[in-house]
Amino acid sequence: MMRFLRSAFVIARRDFSATVLSKAFIFFLLGPLFPLLLGGVFGSIGATVASQAEKPVVAVIGSQADFQRLTAARDQLTQALGDGAIVGLVGYAPGKDVAKQQRHLLASVKPPVRAVLTGDLDHPRIVGSANDDDPVIAQLRLLISSARHPDLHAAAPLAVTRMEGETGSLGKDRAETALYGQMLLFFLTILLSGMVLSQLIEEKSNKIIEVIAAAVPIDAMFVGKLFAMLAASVVGIIVWIAAGALIIQFVKQGGVQTLAPPAVGWTAFLALAIIYFGMNYLLLGAAFLTIGAQASTAREVQTMSMPVTFAQVLFFGFAAKTIGSPDSTVGLAAAIFPLSSPMTMLARAAEQPEIWPHLVAIVWQALWVALILRIGSRLFRKTVLKSGPRSPWWKLKRA
Amino acid sequence: MLRQAQHERVDRQFAVEAIDLVKDFGDTRAVDGVSLAVPTGSIYGLLGPNGAGKTTTLRMLLGIIDPSSGTRLVLGRDRPLDAAPEIGYLPEERGLYPAMHARDAIAFMGALRGLPIAEGRRRADVLLAEHGLGDWGRKSIRSLSKGMAQLVQLLGTIIHKPRLLILDEPFAGLDAINQGRLEELIRREARSGVTVIFSTHVIAHAERLCEQVAIIAKGKVAFDGRVDEARARLRPIVRLHTRASDGPWRSAIPATARREGDEWVFELPAGGPEPLLKALIDGGAGIETLAIERPGLHDAFVAIAGNTAAAEMGQEKPQ
Repeated sequence: MMRFLRSAFVIARRDFSATVLSKAFIFFLLGPLFPLLLGGVFGSIGATVASQAEKPVVAVIGSQADFQRLTAARDQLTQALGDGAIVGLVGYAPGKDVAKQQRHLLASVKPPVRAVLTGDLDHPRIVGSANDDDPVIAQLRLLISSARHPDLHAAAPLAVTRMEGETGSLGKDRAETALYGQMLLFFLTILLSGMVLSQLIEEKSNKIIEVIAAAVPIDAMFVGKLFAMLAASVVGIIVWIAAGALIIQFVKQGGVQTLAPPAVGWTAFLALAIIYFGMNYLLLGAAFLTIGAQASTAREVQTMSMPVTFAQVLFFGFAAKTIGSPDSTVGLAAAIFPLSSPMTMLARAAEQPEIWPHLVAIVWQALWVALILRIGSRLFRKTVLKSGPRSPWWKLKRA
Repeated sequence: MLRQAQHERVDRQFAVEAIDLVKDFGDTRAVDGVSLAVPTGSIYGLLGPNGAGKTTTLRMLLGIIDPSSGTRLVLGRDRPLDAAPEIGYLPEERGLYPAMHARDAIAFMGALRGLPIAEGRRRADVLLAEHGLGDWGRKSIRSLSKGMAQLVQLLGTIIHKPRLLILDEPFAGLDAINQGRLEELIRREARSGVTVIFSTHVIAHAERLCEQVAIIAKGKVAFDGRVDEARARLRPIVRLHTRASDGPWRSAIPATARREGDEWVFELPAGGPEPLLKALIDGGAGIETLAIERPGLHDAFVAIAGNTAAAEMGQEKPQ
């Protein structure tokens, strides 16, 4: 066993150094940051364009008192709905020729006047490019009504008590936490585990595989390669962890703080997230290493990568279907099926407080990692190294 | 208990013992009942044309592939990978990680066989300096010439001081100087007690280096024994040049004799050289030159494996 572990370590150390110390690894680290960077650039461009393009306003020609009552009514609505949601108002004192003043204002670009409100609050008239059923007109009706009777439309007092713990909506909120946890696990795994597909190409193309196969068990080589890539991925994750939090900030208004606390608590949830990431990576990585080991060229690996990516999406879809019903038949099936189990169990951690199912699941997943690696190394010996007697695959003996 | 005793006997007496190894690839039988016994501390050659089954036999002995049937004991172990720390292997198709430094590549090969990496690097520096590559230790493999890279791989094969060295076509691709160096390295390893098995399809290398050879043709062992035993299978060859073209002396020459230029070439008759000489002199042959040559390994190979195999072997001349 010690020799097996030492052999795996020798392979892992070589692969880890070759990966992390290469120039290409810098691009690997930067890769997932590109979408964020692009998002930031396009976001700032959008913000600039939005700030440059002023929103249309309604010009109010009337007395100072009427305009003040209208703006007070607007402020009240703004508190509830936000400034951007309510039409802007600009006040003007009536000129000598109101009709001429009206035409002049409607032709104005700065500010861009959409319509002109004339008359007093009891007899208002609107002229402009808005139809009767336009939301701007509906808002103006509401504002005028509120301005006429400010007491009637005053905000009612409401005593607010914040309550921590179970509420009717907590289950739904936790489902959201489960979904974000699953998504993070899925994206990290899809970004990282694909690399494992091509892990044996270098050895096969450089013929080093003969030297390795003559010196260490193929199982040890598989284990070494898989853990080397897991370690390289962890380096990547450490770099991306801040970026990951940033993604959640973007995805969910208000950021991570607004996510509902998971049923097992944040500490246990984060610990389980790390373990399940490792398991998800090892399970998919072992499967991909097995598949990729059959390829002889980089082109073959590229051809394989698309179905492999789709397979991952499928596993994610299967796991995501269990959110909200972890104890359903589908939920249990997804927890048992090894390739969807880590994502399913992470969602369960967000929704169910029991810890023991996770201990069982982790042991179950570890067993499958070992089994897939075993099958992979057997298949490699059989099909690539052409080893062993001619016997059916279900009778493969220990080499 | 009996099995363990057998293993110990094999380890002491024979570094490798293979019994009736068979390897099938699909419907093709690449190795067909190969049995070998390689004495401990000897230089043992596997001779045969390309495709004879030499590499497959070596890969089975190393445990890279399992035989379809048959058994093998390597350094007393029936699972060759258990003996891996004591074996050095140079494959026919050379391979190193191109981005690795030469000393790291050597140390890595040692580490695969259980040598601590730091010790491997230390030994690599010494070995590289000894072989004139001291300045190249911290250069990447891709910056080395093909010959240098081959030497680096060979040094990686012996870095952990193995007891058994298995070299598959080690001379392939080397120039005359490096072939000479490699021959010397093999002799030096053997002098220090290491058992060396190497495959080759160039007979001259085997003739110069080996104490014992196995001649493999079409997946079978046609001969396994000492080189002089192989040569002793043939009678000495007589090369005779006479002044007279015909006469009574012609009856002393076997009917199977052939003409090569001005010479008659034939196997020395069973009676030996004296009756032949007497008959030639008495018959008035007028002996210009007469040479009696001991058959070489090539001649033995032709006799054992056949002309076709020998023709395939002869395609590459030693340098």
